[in-house]
Amino acid sequence: MALPTYATPLERVWYYTYRTLCAAIFLFLIAPILIVIPLSFNAEPYFTFTEKMLSFDPTGYSTRWYDLLLTFGMGKPDAVRDAAWWSDVWQNAAWVNAAKNSVIIGFFSTLLATFLGTLAALGLSRPEMPFRRVIMAILISPMIVPIIITATGLFFFYSATGLANTYLGIIMAHATLGIPFVIITVTATLVGFDKTLNQAAASLGANPTTTFFKITMPLILPGVISGALFAFVTSFDEVVVVLFVAAHDQQTIPRQMWNGIREQISPAILSVATILVIVSIALLTTVELLRRRSERLRGISPG
Amino acid sequence: MSDAATAPELLTTADGRPLKSALAHAQARNKRRAFYLVLPLLLFVVITFLIPIGQLLTKSVYNTGFYSWKDRDAGVSIPLMVELREWFDETPADAEPDEAAFAALVAGLVHARETKSIGQIGTRINYEVSGSRSMFTKSARKAKDLVPPYKEALLEVDEDWGDPELWGAMRNASKVVTLDFYLSALDRTRNADGDIVKVDEERAVYVLLFKRTLVMSALITFLTFLLGFPVAHLLATLPLRHSNLLMIFVLLPFWTSLLVRTTSWIVLLQSQGVVNDIWVSLGLISDESRLQMIYNQTGTIIAMTHILLPFMVLPLYSVMRPIDPSYVRAARSLGATSWTAFRRIYMPQTIPGIGAGGLLVFILAVGYYITPALVGGSTGQLISNLIAFHMQNSLNWSLAAALASLLLFAVLLLYWLYDRLIGIDNLKLG
Repeated sequence: MALPTYATPLERVWYYTYRTLCAAIFLFLIAPILIVIPLSFNAEPYFTFTEKMLSFDPTGYSTRWYDLLLTFGMGKPDAVRDAAWWSDVWQNAAWVNAAKNSVIIGFFSTLLATFLGTLAALGLSRPEMPFRRVIMAILISPMIVPIIITATGLFFFYSATGLANTYLGIIMAHATLGIPFVIITVTATLVGFDKTLNQAAASLGANPTTTFFKITMPLILPGVISGALFAFVTSFDEVVVVLFVAAHDQQTIPRQMWNGIREQISPAILSVATILVIVSIALLTTVELLRRRSERLRGISPG
Repeated sequence: MSDAATAPELLTTADGRPLKSALAHAQARNKRRAFYLVLPLLLFVVITFLIPIGQLLTKSVYNTGFYSWKDRDAGVSIPLMVELREWFDETPADAEPDEAAFAALVAGLVHARETKSIGQIGTRINYEVSGSRSMFTKSARKAKDLVPPYKEALLEVDEDWGDPELWGAMRNASKVVTLDFYLSALDRTRNADGDIVKVDEERAVYVLLFKRTLVMSALITFLTFLLGFPVAHLLATLPLRHSNLLMIFVLLPFWTSLLVRTTSWIVLLQSQGVVNDIWVSLGLISDESRLQMIYNQTGTIIAMTHILLPFMVLPLYSVMRPIDPSYVRAARSLGATSWTAFRRIYMPQTIPGIGAGGLLVFILAVGYYITPALVGGSTGQLISNLIAFHMQNSLNWSLAAALASLLLFAVLLLYWLYDRLIGIDNLKLG
């Protein structure tokens, strides 16, 4: 919406005020996320820019907090950094173990959510589907119901069934939380799906299985992958259910961060935050590329 | 032959079945097939979501603290306070506890000490009458050596045993199914006569917190609207090339970990943090009077507005994008000022987006837990934080369940409204 030539002076003033306002809001959105990156390289244990950092003095910056992520919880952090040191890191470092747990839980819950969610989305987007509205509402509800309620309910249920303190319990809970995202993204892909393609395949003699894997699957794959990424992020960022149903030694990255923020916040948290920001940039890029690919496949102009 | 020519022939399929029934059969089969695809997930969600929620609801009206004790080693349930419960059943609600009642109580205490269940009993009564847990454990320790008359003997141990409020609480607790936890969750209690009354001013916290949650959520929704509307409008009116680029500013926060965003706000807003530093260096405030912007209501509001802003911008954007700019141009050409054209022509077309974004943000804000817990201090806590407190610290699980159920009803009502007005099919992510 470029400024039209017939604009009055007042409109011109408003036009630039409006742009400035929007720029300020964009700054409000993005600044809190980017600010942690430089601060995580602080040489001092402070959360603000030191004099040295502001004057770009190299001694004001360090990677000590990233180093702490590796050494914290290790048996012999001061030993020579050889193979034994690295295996000590892999075995004992608290953040590394948390990352391992997060990845394991995230991977399996994503797999479960994506498989079940995609299957259900295929059923839900068929016109013959009975009770569509109610079932859809139930399947989306884990996203809407406050997490504290879900966690409380799971705590009661898991204590009664012996699923508390198990990986299976956490994975199932995280899969449930990720399912709405898979359903939403996959159904959105299926909305523009041309059903005559399936009929064409069938008329050429393909059985339903072949049709699904050769025709449907490649077309909805971008939506499935986006949904899977959403489900993974949901699990990777989830702390409340873990706090309620996981065993004490089942640490995950968010749980470790949660403890860190509650007890005493150290710049090590900022270095984890920086890593997570980079991960989310990578994920966002992937999803964006997938979305464009999906639009191209379905013949919607990307603009 | 002539018959077939005159009578209308029934249409059949190739294998000779009537067409109508064949069609119905095929449709039913298609229905079943679609349903079978959804069934595994539906069962999964029933197990991992609906049953737990059901247990939560059960817990809010069902408490066996004063009724039975689950012996984990033997795996059996032992009934507790049997004699006393019988006495409660036989007497009217306002009966004075007599010697028989005290004898039953002492028998119950002795039994509870033997089965190591006295802690559970004391805790259950402690929910209603604070300070009674220690009284139960203390008295149970001495109960075995007490001799009749039990009334005097027990009052000797602790004179609070004569408190009618305590007896009222025990009478209430002797029923397994009770709505008392909902009463507590609404700052109500039963007095000694069994009437429902408000609790003392200083103990009334829950209604206040429910109100605070609603007011703060409404405020946050309004703030996200205030900030989200101009941004969504800009994104919707720019050419796609530019708006896709600017969209990153909205989507990156959306994809970034909630804990990271909350941490960032702690870093930015704390008294030795970046924002205060900037203001001090600009000379807006002096170094001594740094603003307290975190660990209070302000911190919760700022952080939650930031975190929920994408949920407002995205629905607004998806409604604004398809709005045809020629309507506004037509209004302008007919003599409307740009403000009138915006107010009368553009704004009404964005209402579905405002509704969708507003409801979504409000629903999410009402149940927020993590951010208030980390940046809320004592004044920025919401109802979710109190549920967590009762789950983890006070261990009054039934009260936590009652509070959670009330919150759940509120959220489900809003969810139903959302589905009615906007439809969950229209929920979009990115």
